[in-house]
Amino acid sequence: MKAPVSWIREYADLPVDVSTEDLAARLTALGLKLEALERPGHDITGPLVIGRVLTMEPEPQKNGKTINWCTVDVGDANGTGEPQGIVCGAHNFAVGDLVVVVLPGGVLPGNFEISARKTYGHLSAGMICSTKELGLGEDHAGILVLPADAGEPGDDVFDLLDLRDEVIEFEINPDRAYALSLRGVAREAALAYDVAFHDPAERKTPAPNDEGHPVVVDDPEGCPVFVARTVSGFDPTAPTPDWMARRLLLSGQRSISLAVDVTNYVMLELGRPIHGYDADKLSGPIRVRRAAEGERLTTLDGTDRALSTEDLVVTDDSGIIGLGGVMGGEKTEMSETTTRVLIEAAHWDAASMFRTGRRHRLTSEAGKRNERGVDPTICEAAADRVAELLAEHGGGTVDPGVTVVGQAPTPRTITIPIDLPARVTGMNIASDTTITNLRAVGCEVDPAADTLTATVPMWRPDLHDPFDLVEEVARIVGYEDVPSVLPSAPSGRGLTPAQAMRRRVGRTLAGEGYVEVLSFPFVGEADFDRLGLEAGDTRRTALRLANPLSTEEPLMTTTLLPGLLRTVARNVSRGAADLALFEASPVTFPHPGEAAPILPVDRRPTDDEWTALNRALPDQPLHLAFSLSGDRDRAGWWGNGRPAGWSDVIETARRVAATLGLELTVRSASVAPWHPGRCAELLVGETSVGHAGELHPTVCRAFGVPARTSVAELDLETLLQRAETTPTAPAFSTYPVAKEDVALVVAEDLPAEALAATLREGAGPLCESVRLFDVYTGAQTGEGRKSLAFALRFRAPDRTLTEKETATARAAAVALAEQRHGAQQRS
Amino acid sequence: MSGPNSEYDPVQVTPLDEEHVNAMREEALAAIAAATDLEALKRVRAEHAGDRSPIALANREIGALPPQARKDAGQRVGQARGLINQALAQRQAELEIEAEARMLVEETVDVTLPWDRATQGARHPITTLSERIADVFVAMGWEVAEGPLVEAEWLNFDALNLGPDHPARTMQDTFWADPPEDHLVLRTHTSPVQARTMLTREPPIYVVCPGRVFRTDEYDATHSPMFHQVEGLVIDEGISMAHLKGTLDHFAESIFGPGIDTRFRPSYFPFTEPSAEVDLRCFVCRGLSPAVDDCRTCKGEGWIEWGGCGVVNPRVLTACGVDSDRYTGFAFGMGIDRTLMFRHGVADMRDMFEGDVRFSTAFGSEL
Repeated sequence: MKAPVSWIREYADLPVDVSTEDLAARLTALGLKLEALERPGHDITGPLVIGRVLTMEPEPQKNGKTINWCTVDVGDANGTGEPQGIVCGAHNFAVGDLVVVVLPGGVLPGNFEISARKTYGHLSAGMICSTKELGLGEDHAGILVLPADAGEPGDDVFDLLDLRDEVIEFEINPDRAYALSLRGVAREAALAYDVAFHDPAERKTPAPNDEGHPVVVDDPEGCPVFVARTVSGFDPTAPTPDWMARRLLLSGQRSISLAVDVTNYVMLELGRPIHGYDADKLSGPIRVRRAAEGERLTTLDGTDRALSTEDLVVTDDSGIIGLGGVMGGEKTEMSETTTRVLIEAAHWDAASMFRTGRRHRLTSEAGKRNERGVDPTICEAAADRVAELLAEHGGGTVDPGVTVVGQAPTPRTITIPIDLPARVTGMNIASDTTITNLRAVGCEVDPAADTLTATVPMWRPDLHDPFDLVEEVARIVGYEDVPSVLPSAPSGRGLTPAQAMRRRVGRTLAGEGYVEVLSFPFVGEADFDRLGLEAGDTRRTALRLANPLSTEEPLMTTTLLPGLLRTVARNVSRGAADLALFEASPVTFPHPGEAAPILPVDRRPTDDEWTALNRALPDQPLHLAFSLSGDRDRAGWWGNGRPAGWSDVIETARRVAATLGLELTVRSASVAPWHPGRCAELLVGETSVGHAGELHPTVCRAFGVPARTSVAELDLETLLQRAETTPTAPAFSTYPVAKEDVALVVAEDLPAEALAATLREGAGPLCESVRLFDVYTGAQTGEGRKSLAFALRFRAPDRTLTEKETATARAAAVALAEQRHGAQQRS
Repeated sequence: MSGPNSEYDPVQVTPLDEEHVNAMREEALAAIAAATDLEALKRVRAEHAGDRSPIALANREIGALPPQARKDAGQRVGQARGLINQALAQRQAELEIEAEARMLVEETVDVTLPWDRATQGARHPITTLSERIADVFVAMGWEVAEGPLVEAEWLNFDALNLGPDHPARTMQDTFWADPPEDHLVLRTHTSPVQARTMLTREPPIYVVCPGRVFRTDEYDATHSPMFHQVEGLVIDEGISMAHLKGTLDHFAESIFGPGIDTRFRPSYFPFTEPSAEVDLRCFVCRGLSPAVDDCRTCKGEGWIEWGGCGVVNPRVLTACGVDSDRYTGFAFGMGIDRTLMFRHGVADMRDMFEGDVRFSTAFGSEL
C-alpha cells in the first residue's frame, strides 16, 4: 500500500513539522510496517515557473521534424523580465497558454541539468516541460498546459503541481485490511499523533428510492449490501484531472481513463472496491446469485472461465455480466463510447471472495480488499463519491435514482476482563488506558466492574476475540514498554538419548574426515533410473508433490544417495579431488491411499482422530549416507596415496555403529546402486540397517562422479533406537598374554568373517581376540583358494597360561576350521 | 701358560712385577682415553680388558706364585683392572651421550613439511548453529521437540488458526502432496511442532524446536525452497509477553554476546495474538548505526529483522486441548539460515545447500 503523505495529511491534522520519517516510524510502531520511502520530485530543482506563450513560430527542419521557436513570458523569474526564447519540439499548445518552464540552472528528474544552448539555429534558454519530464506521469506525450487560472507568469510551480511529495509504502498485514486505504492510513496517523481525523467516508448521501436501476440479491449472505447509482451524459473522452492522475501514479496505479481512474481513486481513498458498468449495455435488472453448474464467463482480462457453484455472480437479462467483487465481464465493460455509467458499490462475503480469487487464480486490488474485509457501512458513501467525481470531471449528471439493497450487519461486541491487556502483555496498563485506547481505535466501550464490553467499529472485521482487543490496547501503549522477564522453566531432562547421539554421529564422521552437506529432498524418476533401481524396488514408491518447483523433480526422495552424488559431482566440477561427504536427513516413504483428516479446531482431537492423522503421514526415518571419492590417504612427501574404496565406507559404518555402542555384522549383498561384487549388507543382530560398498560403474557414470566412488546409506533411525547408551564396564585380565599366529588356506569364496568366527569358537574362552592380518592368493595356495593369516591372543582371567594350554586352544581352533571349512594350515 | 707347581716357588714372575703392571695399566688407560667413538672403545675393551688382554694373561700367572707373592701380585693386578674397567665405563657413558647428541642433530627434520594425508572433516554450520541454539534453551531447562517434515495439513494450518479461507494461507506458498485430497504438506514452518507438543505433553511446556521447513520460493541468493527455523513454545500459568521478551533477550545475548537485546514491532500471525516482529540489536554496531557509522551488517538500521513471535492465540490452545482459561503461552520463530547469514557473514544462501566442501569446512565441527 503506497500512501502519499500529502493525501494522508488531507484527513489527519498532523503538525506541519512532522517529518515523513517520524510518521513512518510511528505508523510502523502501530503495526503498519514501513516498506519503503519514496520522494518523487525531490531531485527537481528550480527555477521552475509558470510561463505564458507569447509567440510560436513553426520551423521545418532538414531531418523532417518541425520545431517551434517560442518566446515565453516568465515574469521576473529570469531576472530581466524579458521574454525567454525557447525551442520546443511539441505542438499540443498554443499562443496564450500557460505552461511550465524550467530555466537554465534547473534540474529535472534523472539529474537532467538545463542550460542555455544553441540548437536549430537559436539560443534556447530553458525548456517547456511535459508531464513526463516533470515526473508527474508516463503517458502524456505532449506539453503540460496549465489551466488559465493556474497563476501568473513567473510563479513557482512546485506547490502548484505538488511536484514534491513523499510516499510511504507500507507492508499491510492481512488483519489490517482497513489500512489498504488512505482513510485507514490517515486514521492510524491521527492516532499516532493524537490529532483530529476527518473521515472521508463521512458524507451526506441521498436517501434510497425506487427510481434507481433495479437490483435483486438472491444471496444476501454472499452479498449483504448492493448499492447502484447512475451517471448520465458522461463524456468518455474527458481527461482525468492532473491531481487525480498524480495521486494515482504516486499510489502505484496508472491513469487509464476518467471512469476507471475515478473508481480506482475512490477505492484508494475509502478502501471500498467499486465496479463500473456501461449502463447502456445492461438489459433488465441486475441480479446477484451463486453461479449454476456449467456456467461460464469471459472476464475483463479476456479469459473464458468455467464457474463454480460457490462463485458469486452478477447477472442481467443477458446472463452473467461479472464475477461479483472479483472481476467484471467483457459484455458490460466501460469503453471509450460509454456515456452512461452504472456504479456498483457492494459488500461481498470475504470468504467467498477468497475462494473465488484462489479458484480462478485472480489477484486484483479489488479482490485483495474484498477478501480481507471491507467496511460494509460505506457502500452508499463510496457510490456517491464516485458519482460526484464522474459528474464533476466527466460533465455528466447524477441520476436521482438511488438503489440500496440489503443492510450492513450489526457491529460485533466483545467482552473482556478489564485487566486482560495488563495480564497478557505483562505491561503496567491501567483500566483507564485500556478504555481510552479501545476508544481511540474506534470501539464504543462500555465498562463494568471487572469487565468491559467493546463494540467493534465496522471497518475492523478482524477484531473477533478478547486477545484481539489486547493487541489494540498494547500497540498504542507501545511494544517498547513490554518488560523483559525471564520465565523459569521446571527442571528439564536435557537432550533425549537419540538427540544426543545424533550429534555424536556427526562428530564421529567429521572426525573421520567427512564433510556434512544438506541437500534438497527433491528427486525425479530419472534419479532412480540413474541409481539402477529395479521396477519393484521399494525406493521407487515416493511421495509426489502436487506443485513441485521443477517438473523434473516432483518426488520426495526415499534415499539420500541422489542428493549426495549430485553434491559429489558438483564438488568435482569445482576442482575438488579427494572427497568425503556425509548427510543425515529424513527420507520419505508414503502410505499411498491414506488421507490425513481435517479435524475440528474447536476442541482437542480424540485419540482415534489423532491416531488416524498420524497414520496417514509417510514414514520419515532419519537416514545417514556418506561417500568417498579419490584418495582416502593422499600421496605426499611421505609416500604413496591410498585410493578410497569399498572397505573404507564399511569401516566408517562400523565406526558410526561403535559410536552408538553397536557392533555391525557385515555380509555380502548385491543391491543397486552398488557394485554387485563389492556391496555389503550391514546388520545389527538380524536387523538390516543399510548397505555399503563401491558404486556400480554405470551409476558413477550416470551421476558424473569419479570411478570407484564408494557410498553407504544407513537407517540411522533404527541405529539410534538400538543404540547402547549405557555400556557396561569390561572385566579384563592383567595376566600375560600369549600370542599365536595361524595361516589357513581356504576356498576363495569363504568370507573372512566366517573363518574368524570359527576360529573364535574353536579356540574357546581363553581366546581373547582373533585379528586377520594378511590375505594372500598365489601359486602356493592353489587354484581357487586363498590364505588368510590370523593373530590369536590368549589370556586367562586368573592365571598365566602354560604353553601347553595355549597350544591346545590353538589346535582346537585350527581343527574346527579344518572340519567346518576344509581349511589347511599353511606351514 | 704355567700350571700350578707346588715344588716351584718363585718369589717373582716378571709380568707381575710392579713395573709391568703399571705399564699395562697406563697403556690401557691411554687407549681408553684415545677411543673417539663407541666402536673404537669396543676394540680397546677387547684389547686391554678382554680375555686375551695382557693384564688378563698376567692375572693367570698369579696362581703360580708363592702365597705371599700371590697376595701382593693379586692386589696389584686387581687394582689395575679396576682402574681400567672404571675408565672404560666412564668413557662408554661419555661416548654414548656424544653419540646420542650426534644422532639428534642428524635426525633433524623440516617440520614445515605439510601433513595433509587425510581429508579435513566438518559438520554443517546449520547443524551446529541449531545445536548451539538448542543448548541455550536446554540450559534453562527447556527440552528439544521434533516433528515430521511431511506434515498433516491440519497441523500445519488449521490447528494454528489458519482456516481453509484464511488469507494468511496465501502468505506461505506451500508444497502440497499429490493428491491434495490427502491433506499432506511439506511443513511451511516449525509451528506444527507446537501443536504436536501441546497434543502430546501436559503443561507446563517449555520446548524449542529447530528444524527444516519448505516453501515454494525460487532459489536465489536470499531465498531457498528449503530453509531452517527454530521455534520456541512456552505454555504455563501466568505467562505474558514480558516472559517472551525476557526469553528472546536472553536468546539474543547468548548467541550474539552481552548487551544484545531485542525489540518488538506489532505484526500479525494467525497463531499468536498479540503478535510481534522481533528485531535484534545489531551485534556489530550495537544499535548505534547510523548515529556513528553506516553499519554493513544492519545496513545502517541499528537493528536486524530476526523473526516473529507473540502470545499463543487461545484458539490454538483450544484446538490443541489446552485449557485456555488456566494457561497462556508464547511462541516465537526465527530463521536459522538467516541467523547464520548475518552472524557469520554468509552472503549467498545457496552456499548452504550446494554442499561445496569449502563452505562447511570453514565452520569446523562446533559453532
